Amino acid sequence: MAFAAFTTTEAQPQAPKRKSRIALFLLLPGILYMVLFFLTPLISLILTSLQAPNEFGDIGVYDYAFNWQNYVTVVQEYWPHILRSFGYALVATVLALAFSYPLAYFIGVKARRWPLLQSVMLVLVIAPFFISFLLRTLAWKQLLSDESFIITSLKALSLMAPDAHFTGTPAAVIFGLTYNFIPFMTLPLYTTLERLDLRYLEAGSDLYANPFTVFRKVTIPLSMPGIVAGTLLTFIPAAGDYVNASRDFLGGPDTQMMGNVIEANFLVLLNYPAAAALSIILMAAILVLVGIYVKRSGTEDLL
Amino acid sequence: MESLVSPRPLPQDPMIRNLIAQARRAQLNRRTLLAGAGAGATALALAACAAGGGATKPTPAADASSTDKTLNWANWAAYIDEDDAGNYPTLVAFTEQTGIEVNYEVAVDDNNTYYGKVKDQLALGQDIGADLSVLTDWMIARWIRLGYGQELDHANLPNLANLTPSLQNPDFDPDRKFSVPWQGGFAGIAWNKEAIPGGLSSVSDLWDTSLKGRVGVLSEMRDTMGCIMLEQGVDISGDWGDEEFSTAIDLLQQQVSDGQVRNIKGNSYLEDLKNEDTLAAIVWSGDITVINAEAGDKWEFAIPSAGGTLWNDNFIVPIGSPRKTNAETLINYYYEPEVAAEVAAWVNFITPVVGAKEAAIAIDPALAENQLIFPNEETLSQAHIFRSLSGAEEQKYQAEFQAILLGS
Repeated sequence: MAFAAFTTTEAQPQAPKRKSRIALFLLLPGILYMVLFFLTPLISLILTSLQAPNEFGDIGVYDYAFNWQNYVTVVQEYWPHILRSFGYALVATVLALAFSYPLAYFIGVKARRWPLLQSVMLVLVIAPFFISFLLRTLAWKQLLSDESFIITSLKALSLMAPDAHFTGTPAAVIFGLTYNFIPFMTLPLYTTLERLDLRYLEAGSDLYANPFTVFRKVTIPLSMPGIVAGTLLTFIPAAGDYVNASRDFLGGPDTQMMGNVIEANFLVLLNYPAAAALSIILMAAILVLVGIYVKRSGTEDLL
Repeated sequence: MESLVSPRPLPQDPMIRNLIAQARRAQLNRRTLLAGAGAGATALALAACAAGGGATKPTPAADASSTDKTLNWANWAAYIDEDDAGNYPTLVAFTEQTGIEVNYEVAVDDNNTYYGKVKDQLALGQDIGADLSVLTDWMIARWIRLGYGQELDHANLPNLANLTPSLQNPDFDPDRKFSVPWQGGFAGIAWNKEAIPGGLSSVSDLWDTSLKGRVGVLSEMRDTMGCIMLEQGVDISGDWGDEEFSTAIDLLQQQVSDGQVRNIKGNSYLEDLKNEDTLAAIVWSGDITVINAEAGDKWEFAIPSAGGTLWNDNFIVPIGSPRKTNAETLINYYYEPEVAAEVAAWVNFITPVVGAKEAAIAIDPALAENQLIFPNEETLSQAHIFRSLSGAEEQKYQAEFQAILLGS
């Protein structure tokens, strides 16, 4: 895509200069915004991540330095949290895809004949957004507490051990992540499946492909843009999420993710360099993982 | 543009040198130049703003109280008497008496988050928008250490004579030069009376196998560790060090890894007690009175047999506040026993004002008997204050405690 972009601009080298000046002028607010609210914090974050503690300072007093060892220290200390973050995010993304694909397929393909049903179902997918994300997560914490109807029923049916509990476990955190990000997966999937040309599927069957083969060879490739967009929209925020895993919500001391570690380092331990270094590692790791993913799924030109 | 391209000796500052070198290396197209220069300038400006060093203490702002009859008070939720219309009766009376308009804000949710919000302004000696903040002992200790509080003029605080003797001379603020107690409370144990009819008497009872996975402890290090260390026979107000602390940390770590402790929380531990995720916990005294009133008389609080912790929240005048005298007038007002009794009757915490108990008898005799609001000598002898930590100790112990909270 990058190449394509360059060749098209080079193909019209005679573009009048005044126009580009106007374009630059129009871009100025955007550039300023990015410099002010993205680039500056980023530089400040990088500088903070390299700070060293002040020799005579009190807790939380740091000086600018080039203390790159901060990165080594935080990785050594918090590698389980880093792995856990990506592990939870990956499982939640796969689960969200497994739930969302049939849902989006039904709304976008099967419900095409009934536009009203289609809109009602879409509203239902978006409806949770009308209530704060925090409130919904807290509500789940109540619904899944030890003496709640759900858990006591599961125990009565012997589906759960009598002394087991759900809140505060990795399963609860992954559940929360999956639940909270399902709409982000469903909507992009819906937009691609909604435009899926059913004649391709008919053509597949005409060529003696069984339904599974048609799905694998035709439907999935055609809905790839939605899958990529949905998984990215789910995976990236899920990896950095610190609400679901927080001890105040669905998590416990064994389920803390990178976001929680950053929060604790920033607010409680006042270890700003460690918090900054972890944030940069999180960003860099997501960037690399997403890069590999996009490359692998062969959809660079879809982004 | 020319000036950047033309060779000139580079400035000394390594950060600026770097930026210039980068700018030169880059092909000077407009976008990179703009972005580089803009970001560099703003980042440098930011870096200059941020409080570095920490060697110099900020200086107090000039007092304009004589002309400016207003006051901003940052306090915690449900921490002052409130009527059904949402007014604060004692504050209304204060304004009538003194003519000082008080802007009461529930701005403190947590010592750490509040500190995170105001610390940079404090370090620069700027007005943080509060003329009085109410913070817990250990946070007050940090503010005093860093010079973030204004020295109080005791001539404006005649009622300070009513301060409980035991609180007059804390190690973090000898003679109460910078801070004055607002309310206090105990950390101890509480249990669900229906699930544990026999009750609990000590912190060790929390580690009973029948309570596995149903025990909560506080994320406030001094209260949780204080209770555990007391159980281990340590005098937490006295002289203890790394060894005593790590013995207690090892025990807590063990209980958390064994799954005995379900969760480690701040104020939201009350939700866990209510939905019965936890049946017993280390808790704050006043809260139990409140949830018993809210959700049926189901819980009981006790100071553990080996003792519990006693903490206080204190008034402090932030360094950048230009209304110190107004603040002192308000502190003095709340040290009148009748006013203190009115507040105590509402908030259910321990009032530091001598004479408030007698005043409370006039409001409600049963109230005056409540040991959690007006503890007698015997109750007070069971409660201990966690000693002040130096900056280095605070960093070390907090890190060890947080390591448990964050798991691995």
